Amino acid sequence: MIPAEFEYAAPESIEDAIAVLGEDPEAKLLAGGQSLLPLMKLRLAVPSRLVDLRSVPGLTGIDRQGDGVRIGAMTRHADLQDADELGLIARVAGSIADQQVRNRGTIGGSLAHGDPASDLPALLLAAEGEVTAQGPGGQRTIPAGELFQDYLTTALAPDEVITEVRVPVVDGWGFGYEKFNRRAEDWAMVGVCALVRTSDGTCEDVRIGFTHMGSTPLRATASEAALRGKGLEAEAIADAAEQAAEGTEPPGDLNATADYKRHLARVLTKRALTTAAKG
Amino acid sequence: MSIVEERTGGNGYVGQALRRKEDPRLITGSATYIDDLTLPGTLWAAIVRSPEAHARIVSIDTSAALERPDVEAVFTGEDLADLAAPTVFFWKPPGVEVKVPEHWPLARGKVGYVGQAVAVVLGTDRYSVVDAAEEVIVEYEPLPVVVDLESALEEGAPLVHDEYGTNNCFEWSLGGGDLDAAFEEADVIVERRLVNHRTAGAAIETRGCIAEWRADRLTLWSSTQIPHIARVVLSIQLGISEDRIRVVAPEVGGGFGSKLQVYGEEVLACYCSRRLNRPVKWIATRSEDMMTTHHGRDHVARVRLGAKRDGTLTAIHARILADLGSYHLIEGPVIPTFAACVISGCYRFSAVKCDVTGVFTNKFTTDAIRGAGRPEGIHDIEMAMDQLARELDMDPLELRRRNFLRKEEFPASLPHGVIYDSGDYDGALEKLLEHVDVDAFRREQAQLREQGIYRGIGFSCYVEICGLAPSRVLGPPGWGMQGGYFESAIVRVHPTGSVTAYTGTSPHGQGHETGFAQIVADKLGVSPDQVEVIHGDTNTGPFGKDTYGSRTAAVGGEAMARAADKVANKAKQIAAHKLEAAPEDIELRDGEFRVKGVPEKGMALGDIAGEAYIPVDLPEGMEPGLDETAFYDPENFTWPFGAHACMVDVDPETGKVEIVRYVAVDDCGPAINPMLIDGQIHGGLAHTIGQVLYEQVVYDSEGQLITGSFVDYALPTAAELPSFETDRTETPSPVNSLGVKGVGEAATIGSTPAIHSALLDALRPLGVEFVDLPLTPLRVWQAIQEARGEGGGPRASEQARDVGPQGQGPGFGPSAPEGGAL
Repeated sequence: MIPAEFEYAAPESIEDAIAVLGEDPEAKLLAGGQSLLPLMKLRLAVPSRLVDLRSVPGLTGIDRQGDGVRIGAMTRHADLQDADELGLIARVAGSIADQQVRNRGTIGGSLAHGDPASDLPALLLAAEGEVTAQGPGGQRTIPAGELFQDYLTTALAPDEVITEVRVPVVDGWGFGYEKFNRRAEDWAMVGVCALVRTSDGTCEDVRIGFTHMGSTPLRATASEAALRGKGLEAEAIADAAEQAAEGTEPPGDLNATADYKRHLARVLTKRALTTAAKG
Repeated sequence: MSIVEERTGGNGYVGQALRRKEDPRLITGSATYIDDLTLPGTLWAAIVRSPEAHARIVSIDTSAALERPDVEAVFTGEDLADLAAPTVFFWKPPGVEVKVPEHWPLARGKVGYVGQAVAVVLGTDRYSVVDAAEEVIVEYEPLPVVVDLESALEEGAPLVHDEYGTNNCFEWSLGGGDLDAAFEEADVIVERRLVNHRTAGAAIETRGCIAEWRADRLTLWSSTQIPHIARVVLSIQLGISEDRIRVVAPEVGGGFGSKLQVYGEEVLACYCSRRLNRPVKWIATRSEDMMTTHHGRDHVARVRLGAKRDGTLTAIHARILADLGSYHLIEGPVIPTFAACVISGCYRFSAVKCDVTGVFTNKFTTDAIRGAGRPEGIHDIEMAMDQLARELDMDPLELRRRNFLRKEEFPASLPHGVIYDSGDYDGALEKLLEHVDVDAFRREQAQLREQGIYRGIGFSCYVEICGLAPSRVLGPPGWGMQGGYFESAIVRVHPTGSVTAYTGTSPHGQGHETGFAQIVADKLGVSPDQVEVIHGDTNTGPFGKDTYGSRTAAVGGEAMARAADKVANKAKQIAAHKLEAAPEDIELRDGEFRVKGVPEKGMALGDIAGEAYIPVDLPEGMEPGLDETAFYDPENFTWPFGAHACMVDVDPETGKVEIVRYVAVDDCGPAINPMLIDGQIHGGLAHTIGQVLYEQVVYDSEGQLITGSFVDYALPTAAELPSFETDRTETPSPVNSLGVKGVGEAATIGSTPAIHSALLDALRPLGVEFVDLPLTPLRVWQAIQEARGEGGGPRASEQARDVGPQGQGPGFGPSAPEGGAL
């Protein structure tokens, strides 16, 4: 529980932060630290320098802009949790770890960490959101589908910083989030978030995101295809959920075998869709 | 009638739910724990630990670490050749050979478990010694590893210690009655294999210590349950006489048995301090604590139970395999023998036998963890009783009632030689059933099942052996423990009448200061606020035997009561002398020593103390002062008991278990403080709910610890626990004058079978017969799948687990991210 020696910087502009990252390839951004600091204490991460984003202005806040919501990268989970108007986002953020973690952890930090066991990556994928990343050459937009590349690996360059997260407004969509874990504070063994847009009892559109079913967050495309355009009665949902684990290769771990995770994915997909279908 | 008149003592504080005297300092952060202590010139110690479960040490290169400017010294096992003795081991059962491999604070030649200390780095900075420890290069030659308890005894298994030619450490038996005849007599015999998997104490405060060698004397401050025993052990291992050693337990943030130990790091800190003439401080990280603070349980039992068709029990035979790890600390192998004491539970048998085999494996040591053998023993009998009830098609509670030892049979001599001091098992069960309407539950259960909700109920009737211990029974000629198990106390009245009471017990969360103050206050007619209880320092108070085995109230409390009685007797003589009455006519009333029938003639304790310390008019021949010591060695153990009920819901789709109601009725004798009792019951239930549903220490097949942090070692939190319902019956023990029996471990002993049985009851309609502990969602789901004839994939096993490539579970994967913000 004692980290290796590191330097600390708290730049006051995004440009300065990017410059420090450029000068020191072993530096890491500190954006809440709820994943990075435990890794450092276990000496599984040994950055030469922490570049703390806490003093960079303009990185927090939740604003509705047209048909999207902009969330500053340094917005804490606790602030998302309390923003009822965010619907599924608030629901998911409120399930992260415990209140102490939610008080410190940030959406940008969590997405950049790229842990498939974390709640927010699957949410961003299901909600078809995107992040804005700023680097020495300027800004670019990375859609969720391209951001998560492998286990703890994202499309971000070492000297790129996520500045904001944008999620399309899903007004009128029903949503459900099913997170299965052993203890309330644990990472999900499997998590399923579902968004359903209905019209006269028919599923017009559906998006399902998986937490911890592979080396990245995943979309349950087979289930989505099975349900899209169908009625939302229990049987149709169950049929769609049966296909939830198709194509997944979830990692086994201490608490779950791959078979069990696939089973959980089916059960939780059924439950999340059932909740979402109620609107 | 006032409460005072109802009591024989002074003010009637015993029995009241007084708030804990300890709590203001604890909840305001002003208590002093080990890591709050600093001494000038302190060197920090960091331990180099073995990453191998079994290996020969080929070489150790300390040069890089020594070159660091802030490192003062690095020692390896060879450097400690002048230690006087290896780990002191306390169990030598007469007529039984127990193999005791030499266990040194730093490994000599080979390592036998992951985390074994190989070298120590000492330096001036807490952080840099950890960096330096990473620079100590140890070359290992790996040896074959044996991890699984049962396979360790198979022919050809790798040997943990070559010199013994076997992994069988000892074989020990306790029994009585004609076992063969009693099984012959049985119409029905059931057999059951029961696993009590390995768990951790997981105290919120990790281990830690500071040793200071100054002016040829040693002081060790340590987060320990046993400062007095530690002084004896340090004297032996360091070769220093006890008068030159002081051991202090400051505030201790939980122990649960895991600090009933003298660890190598404590000896090492003392050794290094003497050698370097500087204070040496070591605080375990959580990872070190999970790896090298002793584990508990880890038994596999095979229980055979015989009964007549009408349910009358005839015989029980349990064969217990106990995983001891690779080396002993002070007393690990004795722990499974405590299971034998209670293996017959609350019931009458004509023959009882329990065989214990201790087994070496390449894992860390097991030793006492809350309950220490009794939870395993009660789990063994109670689960077998449930199975027997099904076999006989009899109500499990009726089967229990039919075989209970009756209230009038106590003290009850059992076939295996133990004597239960007191009991009223029918009474406890009756009280439980006042809270739990079984018929109503069964109706509700049936309704819920129609809705797809699987609810189950489980019961447990338990007895435990507490109040450690009558020295003649537990000590060298009996059980073979190499010590006395008396307790001591000093009650010292100060000149103006306040009181300091010293106990030889050593708390780590129990509430000694409150409970003992209540006992003394009643004996002397003062308020508990005027009684300061001092503990945990070998330089104050008499030699004591510390806190474990639910002994504090039953042995330490009785010693305290006896010391207070001595003071009260002397006070009465002084009062009688001053008030011109006979000592037998003085009574304690409303806080004064008064002449019976003459209420205006009385003296408060302060007045009497004034006379005692200004001794100008004391009774002829009386010594000055008001200060008495008592040593108390009990005649028997105490045998608390109770009845518990648990109700659970199981999600049949996922296997998740939720406790919906828990009712505990416990009998620890007359309450000194009901709130302290409730606290112990709540904590014990949380402990065992953890064991049964969440917690497991897991090693993989290479002997690597998989559950090295609280991410993977799933200690339950408040979010996982129900609101507990508690009640009591009060059956006094005849063993001590307070009638108290001990309660610190009770709930861990009573609850394992109640929870386990509730789950099986819930799953029975699905065709599940049995699931081994821990009842994780994965295991429960697999059992349901199997009962349905569907595959659940490879079964979860008790140990030697191999997990996926990410190893340590989510979030703490082995590779740091390649790019981007973190």
